[in-house]
Amino acid sequence: MTLAQQLPMIVVILPLLASPLCVIAGNGGRAKLLMLLVVWICTAISVQLLSQVVDSGPIDYQFGGWEPPWGIAYHLDLLSVFVLLLVCGISALVLSGGHKIPQEVTEDKVSYFCALILLALSGFFGIILTADAFNLFVFLEISSLASYALISMGKDRRALRAAFQYLIMGSIGASFILVGIGFLYMMTGTLNMQDMSERLPALTDTSTVRAGFAFFIVGIGLKLALFPLHFWLPNAYTFAPAIISALLAGTATKVAVYMLLRVTLGIFGINFALEQMPLDRLLLILGGSGVLFASMMAVMEDNVKRLLAYSSVAQLGYMAMALGLASAAGVTAAMLHLFNHALMKSALFLAIVPVVIHVGGFHLHHLRGLGRTMPWTMAAFSLAGLSLIGVPLTAGFVSKWYLLSSALEQHLWALVVLILIGSLMALIYMWKMLEEIYFKQPENPNAAAAEAPIQLLIPLWILVAANIYFGIDTDLTVGLAEQATQALLGAHP
Amino acid sequence: MFELIPSLPLFVAAVMVGFCRGWLRAAVMLLAPVVGAYMLFNLAEGTTVSFELMGMSLTPVRVDRLSLLFGYLFHLAAFIGVIYALHIKDRLQDCSALFYAASAVGAVFAGDLLTLFVFWELLAVSSVFLILARKSSNSLSSALRYLLMQVGSGLLLLVGVLIYNSSGYGLEFGYIGLNTPGGLLIFLAFGIKSAFPMVHFWLTDAYPEATPSGTVFLSAFTTKVAIYALARGFAGTEVLIYIGAVMACFPIFYAVIENDLRRVLAYSLINQLGFMVVGIGIGTELAINGAVAHAFNDVLFKGLLMMSMGAVLHVTGEIRGSELGGLYKKMPKTAVLCMVGAASISAFPLFSGFVSKSMIVVEVLREGYQVIWLALLFAAAGVFHHAGIKIPFFAFFHHDSKFVAVAKEPPSNMLIAMTIAALFCVGIGCYPAALYQLLPYQLDYTPYDLTHVLAQTQLLAFSALAFTWLKLSGIYPDELRSVNLDTDWLFRRVLMDGVAAVRLRWQQISEQAQQHQQRWLSAAGARLQPLFPKRGGQGVMPRLHSTDNMAFWVVFMLGLMLILSYF
Repeated sequence: MTLAQQLPMIVVILPLLASPLCVIAGNGGRAKLLMLLVVWICTAISVQLLSQVVDSGPIDYQFGGWEPPWGIAYHLDLLSVFVLLLVCGISALVLSGGHKIPQEVTEDKVSYFCALILLALSGFFGIILTADAFNLFVFLEISSLASYALISMGKDRRALRAAFQYLIMGSIGASFILVGIGFLYMMTGTLNMQDMSERLPALTDTSTVRAGFAFFIVGIGLKLALFPLHFWLPNAYTFAPAIISALLAGTATKVAVYMLLRVTLGIFGINFALEQMPLDRLLLILGGSGVLFASMMAVMEDNVKRLLAYSSVAQLGYMAMALGLASAAGVTAAMLHLFNHALMKSALFLAIVPVVIHVGGFHLHHLRGLGRTMPWTMAAFSLAGLSLIGVPLTAGFVSKWYLLSSALEQHLWALVVLILIGSLMALIYMWKMLEEIYFKQPENPNAAAAEAPIQLLIPLWILVAANIYFGIDTDLTVGLAEQATQALLGAHP
Repeated sequence: MFELIPSLPLFVAAVMVGFCRGWLRAAVMLLAPVVGAYMLFNLAEGTTVSFELMGMSLTPVRVDRLSLLFGYLFHLAAFIGVIYALHIKDRLQDCSALFYAASAVGAVFAGDLLTLFVFWELLAVSSVFLILARKSSNSLSSALRYLLMQVGSGLLLLVGVLIYNSSGYGLEFGYIGLNTPGGLLIFLAFGIKSAFPMVHFWLTDAYPEATPSGTVFLSAFTTKVAIYALARGFAGTEVLIYIGAVMACFPIFYAVIENDLRRVLAYSLINQLGFMVVGIGIGTELAINGAVAHAFNDVLFKGLLMMSMGAVLHVTGEIRGSELGGLYKKMPKTAVLCMVGAASISAFPLFSGFVSKSMIVVEVLREGYQVIWLALLFAAAGVFHHAGIKIPFFAFFHHDSKFVAVAKEPPSNMLIAMTIAALFCVGIGCYPAALYQLLPYQLDYTPYDLTHVLAQTQLLAFSALAFTWLKLSGIYPDELRSVNLDTDWLFRRVLMDGVAAVRLRWQQISEQAQQHQQRWLSAAGARLQPLFPKRGGQGVMPRLHSTDNMAFWVVFMLGLMLILSYF
């Protein structure tokens, strides 16, 4: 086998192996350099994998040459490489921007910090690529444990408690998923997702499969911060180091959405998951209430990071709703929003990083007058905010357009109204921040709040440019999402 | 290809002024509307630019007589506005004003509904900065309300277009009508932007809060784009006649008691829009011609009035009628120009308002709407009252104010801009054929026949008489420093207080719920006490959800899923 054929394995193994090397490399710049190098290599590999899959169809990779029922296999189809590229790209950009990590994390912990990030990423990549249900759980635990530790590194002492709560909730979620996998294994006798999906249709009447499904969905719902299982998310994002908030906002929840798509559509199949079982209505109701509730919380919130976190919960609500429509258009809309939301939210969180470092806080009043002292950062923040609201010519508008179209296709008027109310509320909470940034005098004019360094501005503006590019040229995103949907639904007509 | 996109010069200029300063900035700003107008001149009717996007065929540029007329109008308005704003050194205002004008041009040349929507939203986003640039706390909150209404209108349009398109009507922007699916939503979207009654408050709320030059731009574009859209999509829709009549009448009462003179003009803007909406509702060729011609004239004379009031505000820093007066002594040129605008808006013969308003009024009578006709007559008399007399009277005459000592003529660029507008007002009034040949329908219409002139002169004379008598007898409400309630009260009080109340209630409920849950949990806990170790301390940190609270929801969800799965 040539090296090119080993790429699916390398992309997961590389960060896993580099992680202990980071610890050995010590607290100087070396650990950070190693981390960045690995992340960028992974990004390059994922670009290569995407082009391979687009050119020549799905890739199956078998570990050690063992055939699937016995060995562990990776299955790379359009959806997985699409999400892989997204997660790789976002983390590469965000981490390249986070060169000031030492200021947020004490000097002696930098090597651990980098090691943990690599572990988390390795977990994410594993989840995305694996075709084995138990393997999924293992990678989920790897990524989760690393994220708990990363969140706890926040300066604020409350980060410890937020991380601990996330640990408890995340573990409950993970064990639910494990129980779900166990039930399915009991009935089908296999852990390979492909085999499972072939054997499940005959077993759908058994209560074991149904209970397994319930456990699976609730577990993933927790990871995905589906309303009302989202309570851990605002705290975790608020108290984590700013760069970690940016990283997780663009990756962790997106991987969870990917898991939801993979499990409901890939394993159980759309017929069982969304038609026989009541998940479609449940997702519509919970997603819808999530949009309303979280947007309202965001409108009332004064803490910028928590505000953005609540807005994330609301946006995840949109994705859940879109999936709940149980149509090809809905699934496409969910995938598109997954992609676009990762772009805008990581840009927003990344723009907050220099605020935390230079101004020393992330309440609304800390933003005052920053339009003058850090114009480039704040211009990027505003543009990403426009994308979040869904102004035409931004990526957010493309999502909104497809969400509305898929809701209209089924004449769900309540949903249309809800989406409109949601985007008006997004306008209000973005406005609250923009008002402070551009139209208030700085609290303490003598404080030297300077423009963010160029190393941060470049990745930030790449993200913003992507927001605008994918708002104008939708061929790539929409085309990929539509093809991925077809591939996913085609397996279970 | 580039010479076919009429909004391009203004967009390019909007970007360029961000980087230019000094004479270069002035040159760019002045040249852009000229180049744009020249491009329009070379555009043949029937030109279209179209391409495929996401499987939909879009037509970003479509040229016909209606769009050409509005295109010329907007370039003229932009040119006058730019001259008026030339002395201001504020990049934010320069950029947003040009961007705003470019979006308006883009909107009237949009051949499909999706392109229209894009420019519709750009209009909202770019114009809000003209309000924000005033940088007062009033303008901040007004701007938010303004933006919410504008974006709300955009969202209605978007949904309407989606429905319209998915029902097989396609995306082409032609006649829509109320009976098509989605038509009503599109109608409402247009209605918000053209300040239909009850949804008009964003206009009177925000326009007077903008900068002196910002208001000039604002009063030219947003509402006129909406009038254009109504004329294209909903010509001959009968309900528009009644809506328009209400729009023409109700602002008069507000305008008479309002103290802020720019707000008086904002009310009179709605009143003039009422005439155009009635014309569109009638829908005959002459009526449409009248509505469009009136839109053209309104941009010029309302712009002129706004500019003169902006000049007063610029010189004195004051715009309340109760504080102003006697300024003709120091600002004679501004006063004369203002009175030209006042005469035009009041439709004096030989001034521009006369040649367009009469077309609408004649058609109303010919189509048999006597009551509406009377309402329009009342509105016409009212216009003369509040815009024709009140504005110049309280600003330039009346009693001498403290500003007479310090006032002086505004900068020369402001005077030049006002003079250009005034020349157009008189020119069109004296030689209406120049405007008529641009109108969408070729018609033979003479405004200056005996009945028109006589009727209008009588109306004006008696209206002036009434004002004089009321003023002398002391019945006329004097200018008071007061705040008048409008429907935005609903928005500000009911909605904002509602949000505050919900917020308070939410806190109460969540506190109660936590108490209940804790009681329930501790009751349950008491039974299970022997099995579990004691729980640790609680409530250490406010606003952090307790972990058992979260775990409760997980169990609840699992239970729900299981119950739903089995039944």
